[in-house]
Amino acid sequence: MNARTKTRRRRSPRQPARAVKAWFSQHVRALVFSLGQFARNPGSNLLSAAVIGISLALPAAFYLILDNAEQVLDNWEGTIRVSLFLKQDVSADQARNLAATLRGEDGIRDVRYISREQALAEYKKQSGLDAALNGLEENPLPAVLVVTPALESLASSRGEALLARLKGLAQVDSARYDSRWIQRLLAILRILQRGVIILSCLLGVAVLLIVGNTIRLAINNRRTEIEINKLFGATNGFVQRPFLYSGLVHGVAGGLIAWLLVGGALLLLNGPITHLASLYHSEFHLHGLGLARLLLLAGVGGFLGVAGSWLAVQRHLRAADIN
Amino acid sequence: MIRFTDVFLRYPGGTEALKRINLYIEQGAMAFVTGRSGAGKTSLLRLIALIERHDRGQIIVNGQNLERVRGRRVPLFRRSIGFMFQDHRLLNDRTVFDNVALPLVVAGYRYQEVRRRVHAALDKVGLLTKENIYPVALSGGEQQRVGLARAVVHRPAVLLADEPTGNLDPALSWESMQLFEQFNQVGVTVLIASHDLGMIRKMKKRIITLRDGRLLSHIGQTLDQ
Repeated sequence: MNARTKTRRRRSPRQPARAVKAWFSQHVRALVFSLGQFARNPGSNLLSAAVIGISLALPAAFYLILDNAEQVLDNWEGTIRVSLFLKQDVSADQARNLAATLRGEDGIRDVRYISREQALAEYKKQSGLDAALNGLEENPLPAVLVVTPALESLASSRGEALLARLKGLAQVDSARYDSRWIQRLLAILRILQRGVIILSCLLGVAVLLIVGNTIRLAINNRRTEIEINKLFGATNGFVQRPFLYSGLVHGVAGGLIAWLLVGGALLLLNGPITHLASLYHSEFHLHGLGLARLLLLAGVGGFLGVAGSWLAVQRHLRAADIN
Repeated sequence: MIRFTDVFLRYPGGTEALKRINLYIEQGAMAFVTGRSGAGKTSLLRLIALIERHDRGQIIVNGQNLERVRGRRVPLFRRSIGFMFQDHRLLNDRTVFDNVALPLVVAGYRYQEVRRRVHAALDKVGLLTKENIYPVALSGGEQQRVGLARAVVHRPAVLLADEPTGNLDPALSWESMQLFEQFNQVGVTVLIASHDLGMIRKMKKRIITLRDGRLLSHIGQTLDQ
């Protein structure tokens, strides 16, 4: 009994600094051990890391597509305008006053006044129906206020509210949006964003299952080792640590592979897209995967790896006792 | 010190492996558990190492009531026990050194301390020159001695050995018995399950005989089966 208490004291380091050091060295040992296990069997480990990588690459690629589509649409969003066609009995002064009032309002960036004469002149120029229009006794075109809404007022349904309010003005005969399709495209994009979130969740679960299964096989393969460790007094933490680190290594490796896959795809696409953009006289450049995204992918992969192996460990390791 | 009081062990399915075992082994003693296959020798050792849990009765090892050793206390308790298997159970993907170091690594010893103790244990069993060899390259007798080094490297208070000489020829068996005796002489309580009655008798130690899960006798070396 005496011998026992003595050995026990020797084993539990007293000073906190030493305890932290011991804890740290145990973790480093587990990490190095996991990396060694990974390197010792590169074929099958890389294979499961690649599956994780592809599962992460898909949502990453979709995010990138959406990100770039938004970038394109942002440029076009500034071109969305509301044309207010004024009633024929509204005088030029009244119209200018209205323009000035509207300009001061929230949600409106700019208002341009086009008088009836300007409208006619413009129409003549554009339509080429000079002679026919000259034959008219009266100018049939109304005066127009071109309202450029502030970008934030286009978001969600506020654009519609603005249109309804403008339509309701006494001086306004009718009002309509130009470039309505851009708004619809934006709405579709928002739906797709939701879709990508759902898809990402599903693929995240897939990664969890892949890692879980990999770790389950590892636990089965190293059953003897687990038993011996437990028999000689390993805590559950000690036994599960290498598996958690193994999950981390797999997840991070999967994140790196995903980054490489998406990066490679971008390299292939960049040439043709720049060409297309130049045809539109656009300065558009593909948003790529920078260092921040690499860290994000590796982080997400690592987190899912640890979570997946933790689930496997809870299910299979605790149950596995000594035989 | 090991004390069994009215201990029963029933395996799932209803087989009673041990029935009303009463037993006392004083600290620093060396004893043999014998009996036919299935008599309960292994079960007895497994109860002491907390691999199995008894159903009724009381077991006290090193002053600890095993019923109260649960959860986080189990690993700490097991660090005071050394266990040897008949089939050695060495890890074939690790060197002899790493195999013997396992109980120390598990307990979180620093590397210098691990190396010192592993070398001492390997020296004791005469395998110091083979520390970097993998177990598959060793003979059966050498593997058994690696298992013994692993079981004592952390200086346990109790050494349990399940048929340690089961696969060895008589000369080697005798040699390893000498090793067990040496460890016993430095204060380790040694409990060995074996059916090699001839050899056990020569050791002139206490013999505990089991039959069908019952304690037949543990009076001494004069017993005939």
